[in-house]
Amino acid sequence: MKLLKSLLKSPFFVLGLSLLVLTVLLAVLGPLLLRVDVNTRVGLAYMPPSSSHWLGTDHLGMDMISLLIAGLRSSLYVGFLAGSVATVLGTLVGLYGGYKGGLIDDVLTVGTNLFLVIPSLIVLILLSASIENGRSLSLIALIIGCTTWTWSARAVRAQASSLRNRDHVALARINGYGTFGIVLLQIMPYLLSYIFMVFILQMATGILSEASLSMLGLGPYDSVSLGKILNEAKTNEALTDGAWWAFAPAMVLITVIVFALYIINTSLEGVFNPRLRK
Amino acid sequence: MLKNHPTIQHIVGRAGWYLVTFFVAITINFFLPRLGDANPVDTIMANVGAGLDSASAREKEEAYLKEFGLVEVDAGGKITRDAQGKPVRSSLASQFINYLSMSLRGDLGGSILQHPKRVSEIIKAALPWTLALQLPTIVFGWLLGNVLGALAAYKRGVFDKVMYPLALLASAIPAFCFGMLLVYVLGIRLEWFPAVGGYDDGLTPEMSWAFFQSASYYYVLPFLSVFLIVVGGQAIGMRSMCIYELGTDYVKYAKLLGIDESKIVFYMFRNAMLPQLTGLALALGTMVGGALITEMIFSYPGLGMAVLTAIQGNDYPLITGSTLLVTVCVLLANFSVDVMVGFLDPRIAAARQTSK
Repeated sequence: MKLLKSLLKSPFFVLGLSLLVLTVLLAVLGPLLLRVDVNTRVGLAYMPPSSSHWLGTDHLGMDMISLLIAGLRSSLYVGFLAGSVATVLGTLVGLYGGYKGGLIDDVLTVGTNLFLVIPSLIVLILLSASIENGRSLSLIALIIGCTTWTWSARAVRAQASSLRNRDHVALARINGYGTFGIVLLQIMPYLLSYIFMVFILQMATGILSEASLSMLGLGPYDSVSLGKILNEAKTNEALTDGAWWAFAPAMVLITVIVFALYIINTSLEGVFNPRLRK
Repeated sequence: MLKNHPTIQHIVGRAGWYLVTFFVAITINFFLPRLGDANPVDTIMANVGAGLDSASAREKEEAYLKEFGLVEVDAGGKITRDAQGKPVRSSLASQFINYLSMSLRGDLGGSILQHPKRVSEIIKAALPWTLALQLPTIVFGWLLGNVLGALAAYKRGVFDKVMYPLALLASAIPAFCFGMLLVYVLGIRLEWFPAVGGYDDGLTPEMSWAFFQSASYYYVLPFLSVFLIVVGGQAIGMRSMCIYELGTDYVKYAKLLGIDESKIVFYMFRNAMLPQLTGLALALGTMVGGALITEMIFSYPGLGMAVLTAIQGNDYPLITGSTLLVTVCVLLANFSVDVMVGFLDPRIAAARQTSK
């Protein structure tokens, strides 16, 4: 409760949370309030915003509002799924290595650092380029989750290893708790706030990674995403034709989501880390 | 004597580690594309004889099959064929050995899309552009970001209140969004700078004043779009690092002693720099990835563009060739940061000495 109070006092947190809630509301309520149809042509290519189509049409004559809402839904979905996968993987590896120490820890750390150095975009490109059929939104999210978890493992490991010699952990060990019992019940509760921050950042990473892949033409075949809207606009000369409505709103949406997640993360850090509190 | 110097030991140790990483990377580079349904072997094999009846097309395909060791070849250098006349595939292991020995010799095979050209030729032409764009943006962006972040932490007040949200926003804007914005506003609407490309159409890359002039004019927008994002991200990191340092005992003590403020800032800066430097090593991969996407937005003639055209044309030798090179560059950059840390961090020397 006290935590929530001090969070709500931080203007950054309030701003970030409201922006995030707004985009989620738009994604959830959008299809209920507006007619979202991404399969029918409603007009000519690149029609400017008008009263019937508030943000005009894209290069195929589809309604931009519909595309944006569908794209926003996919991007949030990818962020959530990829962020969850990455956080769970990273947390498990980090907690286990940090608690166990010794050889297992060394092996896990070396492995983590290895994949931390190899750019995840490169791994993503190589994997996605090899999947031609069935590159669905969910599959892309899973792939992103499995390639971006490394830094959260590193971050969680550092925290977990500082807790492994606490008295209550030793007590649990004496009482015959298994490794997973100790890791999940004795160590993880201390790191929940930290893991939540990791999840917020992993979500942002997931959304950005999907958009980057889509910019490369390696996006999902089954859904519209914000990155795909940008890629289509770029490859179909929206920039040179001056059709700003075909790309600017998607750009704003991605930036708003990522910005919201970033400032939520930094304000959480400010509250959880007393040294930064002022 | 020198051999036992802790810093040298640290560097040698790191070099060994990066060598291992390189082998993992090259293995990934070979196996990942072969995991899915659109793998390079199938792509190349499917083209053999598929509507390519002319002798020259057949010859070209056979040359690829042999070059990448995709099929079994008999002693006479002829492709072994089964009863239906289809080439017999060689095992994955022998393909991998072939790939390894080729790559280590610096031969990345021939490009499929830009046929007679070798992948290494294409990459050699693209690499200078990528290096010219990314090295300065990352180095100067890191420096400026750190100075701004330290200032914001120390001064607080108005400077911090303006700089911090701006830096947060800059680091949150995805590289490709910012690039597209610059292309549209400064390139296409205002026509201040050329929107796409690396140099004027009429010119060829050479060491001439005219070419240099044209290239630097085209350089402005891609540079800006990567630079500002790096500055923003680094400034945020340095700011919180310095706020942490400000609360430490040595700073409080130094203040009580009445030591000159600029001296305290210098101490603080030096202590906060080191984690920032190791942080840079960790962030390099992401930065380079972002910059590669930026290159595509600007159709900048670097490696990012090479990857994009390769993906669009299913040109596997070019895809794996360029991704391998990007990885090698990132590893080299990381190694240089580690070497610097080895010289700058007094704890490395101390830790080695006490462990003896």
